[in-house]
Amino acid sequence: MILSRGGYLIREGFRSIKTHGFMSFATVTIIMACLIIIGSVSLLSVNIDALIKDLESQNEVVAFVDESITEEAAAKALEGQLTAVDNVDSVEFVTRAEAMDNFMSQYDEDLMEGIDETVFRHRFVIHLDDIAEMAQTKAALEAVPGIAKVKAHLEYADTFVTIRNIVSVISLVLTVILVFVSVFIMSNTVKLATFGRREEIAIMKIVGATNSFIRLPFVVEGLVLGILGGGLAYLAEWGLYGLLTGRLMGTLTGSFLTLVPFKTVALPVLVFYLAVGVLVGAFGGVNAIRNYLKV
Amino acid sequence: MVRMNDVTMVYESSGTVALDGIDVEIKEGEFVFLVGPSGSGKTTLMKLITGEIYATSGSVIVNDFDMSNIKRRKLPKVRRTLGVIFQDYRLIENMTVYDNVAFAMRVVGASNREIRKRVPYVLELVGLEGREKRLPNELSGGEQQRVAIARALVNSPRMIVADEPTGNLDPVRSLELMLLFEKINEMGTTILVVTHEKELVNAFNKRTITIDGGHKISDGTKGYFGYDIE
Repeated sequence: MILSRGGYLIREGFRSIKTHGFMSFATVTIIMACLIIIGSVSLLSVNIDALIKDLESQNEVVAFVDESITEEAAAKALEGQLTAVDNVDSVEFVTRAEAMDNFMSQYDEDLMEGIDETVFRHRFVIHLDDIAEMAQTKAALEAVPGIAKVKAHLEYADTFVTIRNIVSVISLVLTVILVFVSVFIMSNTVKLATFGRREEIAIMKIVGATNSFIRLPFVVEGLVLGILGGGLAYLAEWGLYGLLTGRLMGTLTGSFLTLVPFKTVALPVLVFYLAVGVLVGAFGGVNAIRNYLKV
Repeated sequence: MVRMNDVTMVYESSGTVALDGIDVEIKEGEFVFLVGPSGSGKTTLMKLITGEIYATSGSVIVNDFDMSNIKRRKLPKVRRTLGVIFQDYRLIENMTVYDNVAFAMRVVGASNREIRKRVPYVLELVGLEGREKRLPNELSGGEQQRVAIARALVNSPRMIVADEPTGNLDPVRSLELMLLFEKINEMGTTILVVTHEKELVNAFNKRTITIDGGHKISDGTKGYFGYDIE
């Protein structure tokens, strides 16, 4: 009996989607539109963050080996100690000969006449995990015995950190506002969809239906519409993102950018969309009929 | 069945005194008309019986449930012992005749087998055999009211409460409907009919309670009396 009753209530949920076709369509469309807006802003912020991180990683720190260590092997032996320093991501050893070659490739060779490689020092090109801690890392690298001097562009690091913080705050504020606005719009749509059915609910109450008996079809309906809205928004976002990134990569600006491929964010986007769809659909429906149940 | 003692109902929002210290008793198996002019308190009295509102003071007992302080979650239990009929039928528009009636059985947890057995029987009882697959808007007013009666009857309630059930029907259909109520009453169900229609009340020699201004002004079996109808 319970099974047949449960089955009936679930069927009622699906039947209701069909019989209230226009409102179902409106609900799915609104959920979809809101999710696409939130998702697009979030993906834009993810890409800006990735771009800043990429630029950060190009910001190198150079550690010069003490002039007294002339042997290449002895200088290279410092690599282990440098790698062990906190916040160091990668260490690349550059011999004095390589340093001279680099220099000569950038400047006029005539300038280098009569100068040999001993003028240059062995060095390490170091990339950091987080440039926000560049000053502390610089000090730690300078403390390594055998390192004479560390050259780091602290002013660039500060600028990057400031930009990153501003972008994070703006995208967070924007996302929070959008989520609130969207939830408001979505719950109002669900409310509107159930408003036309208050008479139906009143009839159910008068024939002795319990609140849970009335709620279940609304929950089923909300769940289905929410999942549908979330799923469709995911597919649309996927297509839209692919289209936009494809277009952008084809331009000159795009060739300088590293865009996050959709597949790396696909799962979190899908989970987020379905979760919001389910929450708004099911809880929105239950919340919307709450007032009509007080009969 | 229904016992109201010194019941007063004041609507808080407007301060209107709809019922003022009224006493009403309806016994098992009775057929009772409740009459009175507009605003006399008839609908308020009905709403107190169905638990849509709570009395300001006094006690209301319906089918052994104390409605004066019943918890909302207990209301479905009371309502399942009642069959309620309205002037505007209140059918679910997108459900067929069969589903509108079956719905009341699903609410009380009846099995599909019980529903398949009981619904056709009740539809036949109210004269709607062959109309099962129609939607409410494909039926006449009289037929729609019969669907509402079938829905009220299907769970074998102890009492049927009808609020102006003939309000939207012509005199012939109204008479047919009253005869149907009489038939249902003869089968053992208590009937309370709220109505304006003097001729109908006078045509049936039943107990008639007249209220006006929130007071009971008469209670007897001599037909429609107590105030003039224009």
